[in-house]
Order: sequence, then structure tokens, then C-alpha cells
Amino acid sequence: MRRAVLIAVPYLWLLALFLVPFIIVLKISLSDIALARPPYAPQLDLNEGWAGIRAFFAGLDFENFTFLTTDDLYWKAYLSSVRIAAVATLCTLLVGYPIAYGMARAPHEWRPTLLMLVILPFWTSFLIRVYSWIGILSTEGVLNQFLMGIGLIGEPLTILNTNTAVYIGIVYTYLPFMILPIYSALEKMDESLLEAAEDLGSSRLAAFWLVTIPLSRNGIVAGCFLVFIPSIGEFVIPSLLGGSDTLMIGKVLWEEFFSNRDWPVASAVAVVLLLILIIPIVLFQRSEEKAREAGR
Amino acid sequence: MTKTLVTMTASLALAAGMAAAEEVRVYNWSDYIDESLLEKFEQDTGYELVYDVFDSNEVLETKMLAGGSGYDVVVPTGTFLQRQIMAGAFQKLDKSKLPNIDNMWDVIADRTAKYDPGNEYAINYMWGTTGLGVNEAKVKEILGDDAPVTSWDLIFKPENAEKLAECGIHMLDAPAEMIPAALNYIGEDPDSHDPDVIARAEEVLMPIRPYIQKFHSSEYINALANGDICVAVGWSGDVLQARDRAAEADNGVVISYYAPDEGAQMWFDQMAIPVDAPNPEGAHAFLNFIMDAQNMAAASNYVYYANGNKAAQEYLAEDVIGDPAIYPDAAALDNTFTTTPFPPRVQRTVTRLWTKIKSGT
Repeated sequence: MRRAVLIAVPYLWLLALFLVPFIIVLKISLSDIALARPPYAPQLDLNEGWAGIRAFFAGLDFENFTFLTTDDLYWKAYLSSVRIAAVATLCTLLVGYPIAYGMARAPHEWRPTLLMLVILPFWTSFLIRVYSWIGILSTEGVLNQFLMGIGLIGEPLTILNTNTAVYIGIVYTYLPFMILPIYSALEKMDESLLEAAEDLGSSRLAAFWLVTIPLSRNGIVAGCFLVFIPSIGEFVIPSLLGGSDTLMIGKVLWEEFFSNRDWPVASAVAVVLLLILIIPIVLFQRSEEKAREAGR
Repeated sequence: MTKTLVTMTASLALAAGMAAAEEVRVYNWSDYIDESLLEKFEQDTGYELVYDVFDSNEVLETKMLAGGSGYDVVVPTGTFLQRQIMAGAFQKLDKSKLPNIDNMWDVIADRTAKYDPGNEYAINYMWGTTGLGVNEAKVKEILGDDAPVTSWDLIFKPENAEKLAECGIHMLDAPAEMIPAALNYIGEDPDSHDPDVIARAEEVLMPIRPYIQKFHSSEYINALANGDICVAVGWSGDVLQARDRAAEADNGVVISYYAPDEGAQMWFDQMAIPVDAPNPEGAHAFLNFIMDAQNMAAASNYVYYANGNKAAQEYLAEDVIGDPAIYPDAAALDNTFTTTPFPPRVQRTVTRLWTKIKSGT
């Protein structure tokens, strides 16, 4: 009995915070745009009893999903979002791993302070931090003034309102999400394993590659998911730092919702985005489990 | 113990309920009022005023369509107002609570009746035109002294736009403004709802797309004032605010506003009361306060937009009422056009066309 209750809690949590909102979005994605409040039809009218419920379900269809295939804007935006998120995740890993490694190898008494420094930016509003990048990256910004001041460049670089600025914004914003899981994986690692590797004739580089990296693999995977998933649907960073030709699904969704006030199509875009994210993750976990079973 | 707790909770809830009833929540455009008026309203009426701002009609519209926004007074533009009335988002005004409505100006009321027949749901707050903000010295340096600064030729002709790109052009990120302007320029009906006609806007906007530095609906104020750009398509009062900021900064930048010769789009920002407003009584008090001649004049003197209040005109500053960029003469008013909201399918065509113009995809 107690066991059942314990198991039920996380499932209830999942139900309330994931499944219920998802079903609401799915329901809207199957309805049609209408000039009403809220702006879609049919509405579920429970006062009508069974007839109302039947009429409601009769009004639902997959029209909005077929619509998404008729315009190449949508798959181009999905593809471009996946590409931007993937490149940004790789960059975050390349920047984050050495930081996490350095933290895990730092003297014990320093570690709480270093951890604190990684978390510190969260104490300022995310929006303000992205805004301050505008001040750094603009043509008259701090970075250009510095580079021109030391004579490295003669003409100011155009970084703001390009994809480069979007990459910088994502790497900066999501860096802590990459560092923390890798740090926790590296910190648990038994250092005597490295000594053993070197005793057995492995170079330091080979030991790093053959011992440290595989042992921190779970941290790397967790970090990559934590960066990739939110950045694929990112809206604030591309709209503030990106140019008008930065195509991302978050912006397309905003336009469907706010400019076209087409909640049903916006919901269909969101459902497809969720499927695009969930299917590879489920497949990945399956293969992980298989690998674990095979290893046993 | 339990009983006291219940009583306490009940009285707390009551107190909270009462406090809410005394509040008036207003949702207006950013930088759009003389803030001393907000304090004056609280002093005059005894209501507590909660004043929030937004910067796009789309954001306001989504709140209205979702319902339960909690606001008592909101300020949509005419075309958006019309659609939201049709969706059932507003309540009819109780004109017996609005004695100051006699101050309103029939010239404007006749035009806003196009969106709100009989002006039953809203009163006019401000109105203006969409046109060109120009740094004339810089433009003439590039295009010569006969630069067509009062015409859409200035940026809609690719050869001009190409040359002006070096000093910077900004364009409103508002398809409902830019597409009618482009259609009007090529002699089509700016208020067309025919997708084939609307598609012709592409002929005008696509060739100049590479020369537009940014599509944005508020950054151009500072960009013009600082001299970072030399031309912006913008709203009349915003360009005039840029002009004044440049004058205050004394940085040698001189900005002018022109309603284009080909005809300018005229728009109206209307104050309305949501159907589910928590405090309709207070909302009416706010509308009546705004329609007071001196209050309305104070707002216009501050934001450099014309208002739809006839009685307010005697209190307007000379550089407001006397400026044809703010209060155009009769001939200039005749050379304006208005638009109506697009139906959903056409709206989709418009948004898609705009995405194509902005992103090239």
C-alpha cells in the first residue's frame, strides 16, 4: 500500500504538469479558428449533456496538421531550429566541459565557491542578461570598441542580429545546465583509476580519453539534453539577438499565435515540436537500456 | 481557535475583495501618457490606479481573446478593436456615466465609427498617421538636394533605398501598416482583402528588403534621435518624440516627419472596457477623466499625438495644435486612408508574406 502511494506521487505529478496541459494543447490543435473568445471552435458544452460532447468530438479533425505540410516554412523552421540547437549544444559542451573538469579537480575547499559562481547569474533576470548582450555585441558596443581600441580590427564587426549572436546567447544562457551535471559526474570519479591507467602505461591524454570521458558520459548526455531541448524552442534569444532572417520554430509559433491569432495551427506546431523532441529521446533511452542489458 | 481563524480569513477575503473593487486597472501603450495624469486621477476620483503598458496590438489582442485579463480599460487600435468587438471582447459604454463625451470631436468620431458603428464600445484616445521620419541633412548629402523626402519614392524606389542603406533605414515590424502603404504606392486599394492584390505588395517590398537595416516598431525612436539611421517608417508622434530627443541632446541631428504625398494611413487608438472588467464603474470614471478637456490636452502635449477631443484643442500647446505633422489641415486629412481588419484566411496570407519579406523564406 505504502509502495503504491509512493509510486503514485510522481505519476500524479506527471499527469498534472505534463499530460493535462498536453491534452489541452492537442484538443486545440484539432479544432478550427473562430472569431470568438477564446478564438477557436468547437467549445465543449457540458450543459448539453451527451449531445454536446458528441457535437464537440464531431468538430475535431486533423486539418491543421495537413496544413503544416502545405507550406515549406514549417519544416524549414523546424530544421533550422534543430541545427541551431545542435550547434549551440556542441559549443556549450566544448566550453562547459573544461570548466566542469577544472571545478572537479580544484581543491575541496574551493568547490562550493566555484559552484556558487556558476549559479550566480541565475540571480539576475534572464531577460536583463540577454539585453546586456545587445550592449556588448552591437556595432557601437563594448566588444567592438575594445577590439578597435587595441587595433585588432579597423571596422566594427556585425555580430548583433545574426545567427552568431544567437549562438553566443544560447551558450551563455545554458552554460550552467551543461556544467552542473558534468561536474557532478566528474566529482564522483575515483581518481585512483587514472593512476592505475598511468601505471599500466597509458599517457595522460589517453587516460583522459579512455577513462575520464567514458565515466563522465552520463553527465555529458544529461547536460546535452538540458541544453538542446530548451534551446530548440527558444524564443527570447533569437528575437532579441537574432536577425530578421534567423528562422526558429519559437518565432513561427509566436506569429501563428499572436499575428494570425490562429491558436489551432499554433497548437499543431507545438504538438509536432513535442513529437520531434520526444521520439529521438525515447529511442535513445531504449538503445541505452539495451546496451546496459548487453553489458551485463 | 478554528472559528477565529475562519472569521479572520473571511474578513481578509472581504478586505481583499473591497480593495480590488476600488482599483482601476488600465492597460495602455508604452510612453503614451503624461504620468502626472495618473496621480491626478487617483486624487480626483479616490480610485487606486494600476497602470500597465504593452507595445503591440497582438499582445493585447491575445489577452482579450483569452479572457480574464483583469483589466478595466484597454487601448486597441481601430482595426483590432473592430475584430475584438466582433469576438465579443468588450462591453457597451454606459454613456450616462460619461458626461464628458460631449467634448469629443465629430471629425474623428465619424471616422472611428467605421470600426465601432455608433461609437458604442470605445472612445478615441489618440490618432495619427504612419509616414516617414527623415534625417534630411544626411539624406540630402547622399541623394542630393532634390531628394524625394516627402514621398514613398524615398525608400520604395530600390535605387534610393540602396544608397540610403549606408546611413540606415528602419521599417515598422507591422504588416498591417507596411502592406497597405506598398499597395497604395502602386495604385492598388490599400484596404484590399483580395490575396492576389495583397501579393502585389511583394513587388514593392521584396526588392528593397536587403537595404532595410531592421524591422522594428519602437527602436527607431532612439536610432533616429542618435543619428544611427537616416530614414524610418514610423508613427507620427514617435518620430516627433525622436525629433525632440535629438533637439534636447543638442547633437546636431534634425529629424522631420512627413505624411507621404501618395497618401498616409490614418489610425486611431481607442479606449474600451473588456466585457469581463472587474470594475466597470471605475473604468467609466477613467474614460470620463480622460475625456476632460484639460486632461486630454495634457496627454497630447506630452506625447505629441493628436486626440479626438474638440474641447481639448484650446488647451493644446502651440507646437502641438500648430504642427501640421500632428494636426494636419483639411486637405492633408483628405489625403489619408484607413484600413479594416483582415479575415482569418487573408490574415494568414498577410503574415506569411511578411515573414517572407523579413526572412527571405
